Order: sequence, then structure tokens, then C-alpha cells
Amino acid sequence: MQERRRERLDRGVKVRSDTIYAVSSAKEILFLVGPGLALVTVLLILPLILPPYWQKVLTIAGVYALLAVSFGFLANFVGLVNLGGAMFVGVGGYISGVLNSTLGLPPLLTIPIASVTGALLCTLLLLPCLPLRGVYFAVVSFIYPLATVMIISATGVWGGTDGIAGLNVLPNVWVNQYVIILVVLACMFALTRLVNHADIGLVFRGVKDNELAIRASALNVTWYKAQAVFISAAMGCFGGAYLTHLYGWVGMSLFAMDFSILPLAATVVGGTSTIYGPLVGAFLLVPISESLRSFGTLRIVFYSVVMVFCVVFWTEGIMNYLRRRYEQFERWVRV
Amino acid sequence: MELLIYGLINSISLVLMSIGFALAYGVSRVPNFAHGALYILSGYLTWIFLNRLQMPYVLAIIMSLLVAACIGAMLYRSILIRVRGMPISEIIASFGVGVAILELLRWFGLRGTTYMLPPFAKGMVYIGGVPVDLQRLIIVGAGIAVVALLWFFTHYTKIGLALRAIAQNERAAMVLGINADLVATISVALGSALAGLAAVLLLPLGNITVQTGYEVLIFAIAVSVCGGLGSWGGAVVASFLIGLAQITTVTYIASHYHLVVAMLTIILILILKPSGLFGRQKELEERV
Amino acid sequence: MSAKLILEVRHVSKSFGGIKAINDVSFNLRQGQILGVIGPNGSGKTTLNNLITGFIKKDAGQIIFKGLDISKWPAYKIADAGLARTFQIMRPYPTLPVYKNLVPPLYSPRARRTARGKLGDRGAVAIDILEEVGFERDARVPYKLAGTLPLGYLKRLELCRCLALRPELIVCDEIFSGLSMSEIASMIPLMERLQDEGITLIMVEHRIKELFKLANKVLVLNFGEKIAEGDSSDIFNDEKVKRAYFGGETTYVFK
Repeated sequence: MQERRRERLDRGVKVRSDTIYAVSSAKEILFLVGPGLALVTVLLILPLILPPYWQKVLTIAGVYALLAVSFGFLANFVGLVNLGGAMFVGVGGYISGVLNSTLGLPPLLTIPIASVTGALLCTLLLLPCLPLRGVYFAVVSFIYPLATVMIISATGVWGGTDGIAGLNVLPNVWVNQYVIILVVLACMFALTRLVNHADIGLVFRGVKDNELAIRASALNVTWYKAQAVFISAAMGCFGGAYLTHLYGWVGMSLFAMDFSILPLAATVVGGTSTIYGPLVGAFLLVPISESLRSFGTLRIVFYSVVMVFCVVFWTEGIMNYLRRRYEQFERWVRV
Repeated sequence: MELLIYGLINSISLVLMSIGFALAYGVSRVPNFAHGALYILSGYLTWIFLNRLQMPYVLAIIMSLLVAACIGAMLYRSILIRVRGMPISEIIASFGVGVAILELLRWFGLRGTTYMLPPFAKGMVYIGGVPVDLQRLIIVGAGIAVVALLWFFTHYTKIGLALRAIAQNERAAMVLGINADLVATISVALGSALAGLAAVLLLPLGNITVQTGYEVLIFAIAVSVCGGLGSWGGAVVASFLIGLAQITTVTYIASHYHLVVAMLTIILILILKPSGLFGRQKELEERV
Repeated sequence: MSAKLILEVRHVSKSFGGIKAINDVSFNLRQGQILGVIGPNGSGKTTLNNLITGFIKKDAGQIIFKGLDISKWPAYKIADAGLARTFQIMRPYPTLPVYKNLVPPLYSPRARRTARGKLGDRGAVAIDILEEVGFERDARVPYKLAGTLPLGYLKRLELCRCLALRPELIVCDEIFSGLSMSEIASMIPLMERLQDEGITLIMVEHRIKELFKLANKVLVLNFGEKIAEGDSSDIFNDEKVKRAYFGGETTYVFK
């Protein structure tokens, strides 16, 4: 019987070892930076060519992408699976909403303030859970947003179940789109550099892969986890504050489970182990789920099923798959 | 007195809600995040069997418990078994299935007050001057019976001992000829059936709503984490702790706070003892 | 012995469930010494390590390091004080070059303190450290992926991780086990050099022959209890040790 196996050959850059490339021509540089450039260009051009309804979808997709990137960063590079991403969104949203309605601060101020103070608050709230590992952390973080909703509806603070309406909105549709897209891109680049090149990125990865070695290296694991949570929470809080001023309204729906589940699904679909996987996943899933809007809650069923499928049968995810196809030839050879 | 009785009832409800989850995790380390969905599904199925198929109540209950057990077993066999040993994937997969089931039910129109299960027995009795309806008494009785039976089951029957053996040392148990996958299937199925049992006992007190499914999941997780994931005995103790704390807040502060109190209890317990009350999270995980 | 005491272990106990893993063990260690810890399998050697370095909380007893009571400190703080350790099971970052594995310890507050602002590029410092401990024979090794390293290099990498902290005391957990005779032979001068540099060492070993060559002092554990302490020749002749560890008359092992 004829036996065959698949052979993979690297392509694009002639001289390379496992992680080091020796670039020798403009073509090879283009090969390396091309995909990144394409992504940036597409994201910057999209707002100009989309019809008005889809421009709105794009802003929402941007928020989800931000959340997905922040979730993916924590899960893939620090080892904290945060199932309560809605907590960040809600805290950020409420801080900016309250600042805007009581002190009358403009969105230009409230959004940055909410990002930073909200992240600080979330980090403090999650601090007791940080020594927990794996399942324990996932489980407890899942409860946070739900409990917060209960507190708000029970005490009736900040408008209780009605929320606070009549907040300032962002000036126009262009600002809406470009603010979120630029922030997403900036976060993505910063995080990619952080996890791949910065020394602290290596510490984060150590926290995930080999906590013992990190502790034996005289590093306080909880402190570094807190820093990572702060980074992730700042992104989530920005998303929340942005949504608040996008709608001019803040309410309990900012703590809704959508904000926890969709980033998770996007990360799983987009592919783990990269920063931009979750981003791509979010920009794919949100439009699909948006076009399913007429089916009501069936769209949640849709992305749960996609998520389960990807986790169980296609763990590689879109980005890892594409990257493999981009960087390698595949061919069948006789054995 | 009222506090004590209702605290007891509330605690036992919590035991019922969480014991299936705690059992499945305790035995085979399967975090079955579809627990809440199975809870609601069995309640809904019972309602269908009862009202659409005109089955007798007892038969409807037994049928829905069987279906729940089968779904649990299928969930494990077809999905979770492929991601064993990767806790996060296990959570995501089972949670995804749970959300899919719940939201599908919501889409089918599971909302409002149409869906109610009749109580097993109507009527009231007075215990020390406190009115208690019979359904709640049945819950207490059933809860005690379930815990007692589980204890008996895990200590004196062959399958139960196999379950405990797997929970303590999977590799050694496999060497002794215990089929770990089979045992895990049984434990997940049993856990799902227990979720169903909790549903048919507790749901007559209210409506069958999708939201309850999420709440039950949260309570199950809360109780199990507090008791120490993996120790269902701990889950029972934690149920009483959280249950009494909740009733105390409901009586003295406000009824809306019961979930908040559950949350705060968890955080407090975890700060004091990161592995839960009876958990045995290793201080040092040095794997070979 | 004039060197000052660096580590005092006083009446330390730890039990897992009902089993006493370590029962009332005490010993002292002076700066620059090498202490060998031996004992049959399951005698509590690794547990003792974990207790000293704070990876397991002790039930009773005190541990004094450089005059500070570190009994209740968390592991990272103990390491920060200068008490480093190696692990029996090494898990480097398999997908990163070897030298990058040393970046986290170099990132620690202790490494920054001891370098007094001269740390510079951590990658370069990491390569210096690697070359110090025998990676110099092949200049390419520090750039290889850590996952591809053979066991001998992994053990050295583990030691490098400790050295990056510029520690005063290193607890080596079976650093010779699984190595070939020639690899061990090349490790011994390294250990001696560390001693010359003033680093105190605690070595938990099964390889008694090599250990006895190195150690100034040997501690014998059995069933969690200290049954003997002294220099190598004392241990040879100790009846209790012979009975517990070597099963009676086995002096031929060392000839």
C-alpha cells in the first residue's frame, strides 16, 4: 500500500531558525509585515466604505474586539481565564456615566478617567481571587458581574434598574468609529510588543506556564497577576465608558453576559496563542451575530455552538490556521 | 424560630442545587457548567410530559430525570471526553453547551408565568408557630434523603467506591482495573440527574424561567467553591453556611441581597482559605 | 569554624494527613559550607527543601536565615532575601531561546538590587551567567530553544536561574539525578567554584559518592527524622545510618 504523509516547508524568508529571521530583501520584509499592514489598512478604510448601519456594527465589533483582546491577553499569556469580562465593561461604563451626569465632565475626560480608575477598582475587587488558579479563578470571576447587577438593582443606586439616561454622546459617527479602531489597534500593538519582546511579558508567561519557577525567582506572582489584570481591565473599562457615551445611556445591561461570552467565543474561534487571534475572531463573530439579530436569542445559541465546536474539534482557531498556511507550503509526499 | 426553619429549608435547597455539580467535579474533575441548563431542562421536560403528553406526575419526573442523565452522559461522551485534562476547555465547552440549551429554550418561548409545576402536596403545617407548606417539608426530607443515599452509595456500593477511588487517585484506580471514563460518565450522568431532581423538587415553588438556570449554576458554583471544589461533603456544609447567611440577610436587611451575600461569603471564605472549606488544593503542584 | 551562621533550622515539623513527613528536624549551617542531605526514598528530603524555601507551610518550628525569622514568609520573599532553590522537575519555556529563560529572575527586585543599576540588557546578562556555568563549550546553546535542551543543560539552566538572583544560599534538589557520570564529573568543579565564591549550598542527593566528596557536613533523614549529622567519615561509621539507610553492612559501596 502506498503510504503518504504531509510535508510542511517554510516559505517566505530564506534564512531563518526557530525564532530568528535573517531578512535579506524588500520582498522578505513585505512577507513579514504584510499581514499586519493589511489588517491595519482594512480597519482604517472600513469606516469610509461601509453603509451607515454597518458603521454602527463596526463600532460594536470594535468594542467586542477590545474585550476579546483583553480576555485573550489574560487567558493566553497570564493564565487567568476571566469569565467575568462584563465586570470591566460595567464598572467603566458606570464610572464615566456617573462622572458625566453628576459632575458634568465631558466624554473626553470621563473616558480616560473611567479607564484608569475603573481598572484600579476592578483590580482591587479581583485581588482576593488572584491567588486562585485555573478553574477556581474562572468560577469566581464569573460571579462578579452578576452579583454587581444584584447590588445595583437591590439598592437602586445610579438609577437602579433604569440606569442613567441623557448623557453626553460622542460628536459624530466618524469620531465614534475611529476612536475605537485606533484604540483597538494601539492596544493590539502594545500588547504584542509586551508579550513578545518586553521582559515583563516573559514574567507574565512564566506566571502562566511555571508559577513555581516564578516564585523561586523572587517574584511575587500575585503582584504580577494584578498588573496584568489592571492592563486587561483598563481595556475593558475603556470599552464600557466608550459604550456609555456612544449610547448616551448607562445601565445594568453593561454587566450582561454577552460581554463575558462573546470575547471568550472570539478568542476560541480566532485562535489562542496570539494577540490578534481574538481580534479577528471578534470582527468575524459580531457581524455574523448582528445579521442574526432577527432571530433573537438564537444568535447566542449560534455562537455558543461555534465556540463549543472550536474548543473541542478545532482548537487551532482561525489565526493559527491562516498563519500556518501563510508561512508554510504543504504537500503530500510518499513515504 | 422562623429564621431557623427557613434557613434550614433554604440551605437544603442549596444542597440540592449544588450537589450534582459538586459530585461530578469531585469524582471526575469535570466542571459541568451545563448544570443550570440541565436543571431548567428537566423542569421544562417534566412540564411537557405532564401537560402535553398527559403523563402521571411520578412517571413524568422519572422520565425527565432519565433524560437529564442521558444528556449528561452524552455531553460527557461526545464533547467533554475530548477535552479532558484541559480545565479551561472543559469549562468553555460545558458552559457553551449550557448557554446553548438555555437560550434555545428561551427562543422556544420559555418565559413568563405559563410554565409551572404543581406542588407535590398542598397544605400547610405549623412548626413551632411558623407556617410551612408541605412542598418545603418534602424538599427538606428529600434533601436529607439524597445526602444520606449519596453517602451510602459512595461508601458501600461497588460503583460508589470506584467513584471515590477515581477521585482520590485516578492513576492508581486505573491500575486496579477501574474504567475511569466509564466512572466519569456515570458521575456526570448522576450529577445531571441530581440537577433534574433538584429541579422537580424546587421548581414547584416558582416559575420555570431561563434566568433561574443561570442562578442555579451560580449557586452551585458558589457552594462548591466554598466547600472546596471536589468535596461534596464540603458543599453540604457550605450550603448551610451560605443558606443561613442568606436567610439572615433576607430577614434583617432586604430580600434582594441574597445573591450578594452568597458572593461575599465566597470571597470571604476564599481569602481565609484559598482552597475552600474542605478542599485539598495542593500547596505545591510539582507534576512529573 | 569561624564563618557566621547563615541558616538555623529549629524543630521543624510537617505532616501530610496523618503522616509525619518531617518530624522535629533541627540543624545549623555556616556560610560557605556545603550541606549534603541524604536519606532513603520518602524520608522527607524534598519536603525539607520545600519547607526551608517556603513552598510549603510548616506546622511547627522556626527557620532563621541570616538572623531573620523567615518561618512565615512566602516563597518569593525568601528567594528575595537570597535563599534560592532549584527544582527537581524543570519546566523551562520550551518555545523560547535558553537565555530568555533567565529574564524573569533578572527582572526580580533582588536582581535589580544586587546589580546596583548595572543590569543593562537582561539578555546580555543572561548569556554571561549561562557562560559562567558551562554553556561556554558551545556558543550556540544559549540561543537554542529551551525545549530542545538535553537534561544536563536543563539542570545547569535551573542552577543559572538561581544564580541570576545572586543568592547567598542555594538549595539544590537532586541536581545530579539522571545525569551521566561524565556530566556529574563536570558539575562537581562548578559546585566547588560556587562554594569558593562564598555561596552556601544545601544539596539533596541520591548520589552519595559524589555528594560525600563535596559536602562539608551531611545530614541523614529517615522517616522524616534526623538520624545523624556530621562530616562524611562520621556518617560512614554511624551505626544508625548503616541500619536505616544502607541496610546493615555496606561500606563497600564507597570503595
